[in-house]
Amino acid sequence: MGRYLVLRGVGFLVTLFLTCFAVFALLSVVPGDPARLVVGPEASEAAYQAVRARLGLDLPWPVRFGQWLGGIVTRGDFGQSLSLNLPVSDLLADALTVTVPLALLAMALAILIGLPLGIIAATRPGSLLDLLTVGIAQIGLALPEFWLGILLVGFFAVRLRAFPAGGFPGWQVPGRALYHLLLPAFALALPRAAYLARMARATMADVLSAGYIQTARGKGVPEVLVLGRHALKNALIPIITTAGLTLGHLLAGAIVIENLFYLPGIGRLALAAVRARDLPLVSGVGVTVAGLLVTLNFVVDLIYGFLDPRIRYR
Amino acid sequence: MRHHIGLAVGGGLLAVVVGLVLVGYVWLPADPLTFGEERLSPPSLSHPMGTDWFGRDVFSRVLVGGRMSLAIALAASALGGTLGILVGGLAGYYGGLWDELGMRMADFLIAFPALLLALLLATVLGPGPVGITIAIGVYNVPYFARIVRGAMLTLREQEYVLAARALGAGDGRILLRHLLPNLASPLLVQATVSLSTALLSEAALSYLGLGVQPPYPSWGRMLKEAQSYFALSPWPAVFPGLFLALTVLGLNLVGDGLRDLLDPSLRGLSAWRRP
Repeated sequence: MGRYLVLRGVGFLVTLFLTCFAVFALLSVVPGDPARLVVGPEASEAAYQAVRARLGLDLPWPVRFGQWLGGIVTRGDFGQSLSLNLPVSDLLADALTVTVPLALLAMALAILIGLPLGIIAATRPGSLLDLLTVGIAQIGLALPEFWLGILLVGFFAVRLRAFPAGGFPGWQVPGRALYHLLLPAFALALPRAAYLARMARATMADVLSAGYIQTARGKGVPEVLVLGRHALKNALIPIITTAGLTLGHLLAGAIVIENLFYLPGIGRLALAAVRARDLPLVSGVGVTVAGLLVTLNFVVDLIYGFLDPRIRYR
Repeated sequence: MRHHIGLAVGGGLLAVVVGLVLVGYVWLPADPLTFGEERLSPPSLSHPMGTDWFGRDVFSRVLVGGRMSLAIALAASALGGTLGILVGGLAGYYGGLWDELGMRMADFLIAFPALLLALLLATVLGPGPVGITIAIGVYNVPYFARIVRGAMLTLREQEYVLAARALGAGDGRILLRHLLPNLASPLLVQATVSLSTALLSEAALSYLGLGVQPPYPSWGRMLKEAQSYFALSPWPAVFPGLFLALTVLGLNLVGDGLRDLLDPSLRGLSAWRRP
């Protein structure tokens, strides 16, 4: 396990560094001068040069990259937002208190809906329930989250008035906050639940056809134990991995859903930053989202190696 | 037998959607950009899908919007496929440093969701169809590259490759004439997956206002506009989404069907991913 941990850890750090570099490099080739954008077209040459120096644009790029990355790593300092005039780290921290709970809630819903359906379907292949699960999952996978979101808002918020159509009241009253997150979480979760159901069904069916299941049945182990102890344990390994990666997709999917439901999360922040061409903010959001995904992949890798010894010794 | 039914249903759905979009080039019920008198009318004989806020015929806009959505998805998949085959081919065939370089790049690209990549590119290139096509294309590169690399690793050891080399064939000839044709079926399956994710990504990005710009329609763009007056009339939000979902469903069914037919060992499992 030690060797596996070190190898994975080094790979993780390299990927994280490359991610930061890619975001920096991509945003360094942006046409237009950020300093000119800040001071405006009327400003004097001296004011312009002062802003250039303050933003560090007069330095060569390796120095700028070093300073930027150094600030993030040592002080959690992502620079100052140009359009909102606030520290990017504060904006990111606020946004994450919306996006992370939203993604977690959506993942919980997706697992609660998807896994039982997929597993039960696999135990009764060819049954009506199995066919229904497969069919519904196929349709669920084809639904764009934001279309689902629009329809959910239209039905549950506009017609029935059972849920708020959007906005976020903050976490002062947690119940109210969750109430506002429920509809967007459903819109995010349903296509993912379809994916998980398919995945769980396929994995479970695969495990159920293994020799040791036949052996267990042959020696007279009750069916409940065959499924619960022998099959589920083995099927859970790939399922957990998929569920972990699902969280990454949900974080990305949240970009669209947050804009639909007017949630002040990382997706709203990202879009506002792109529209204002606010480079420090765009790079902060980019590094945060990509960094979260890279970290998630790493954690999932570790769990996988922990659960399945074969992976560690490959 | 079920997968054959899936293939038929999927193929049928695709034929209907693509057929309608193609018909739109020759004949449209109304001009998709002209404002009309009847605003937000429900579906009727003169407007099969109703009209939008400006009185424009939704059916015509869905047909014209489909052109853009499908064109971006096709272009992005072609871009991702070409680059992916190139990177994966080099990595798998030559191995060593090429392999290490190509696969690290793929690992790293997979960490970037298409939407994030597109947001970053939109900052650089400005919003528009070109930026999102490049972003979705780049996003698809690692998936093609992994498939091609994996297949190359086994294929390059085959005896017919050795035979070709013994007969004096160069690397280029071996790659193009002997190896690439053997990759046709996994690549075809990946192409359907890639097209369906590209369609969903395009719609999401156009919905965010980063893709196709008004007044021109695309399915995602139309949903954005329809959302704002959903309380007054839900119809303009229903049909573009329905067309989008049916196209993606068709592509997914065809992809699954092809996978089952071409590689029975993978039956039931699929390399699903969403943007």
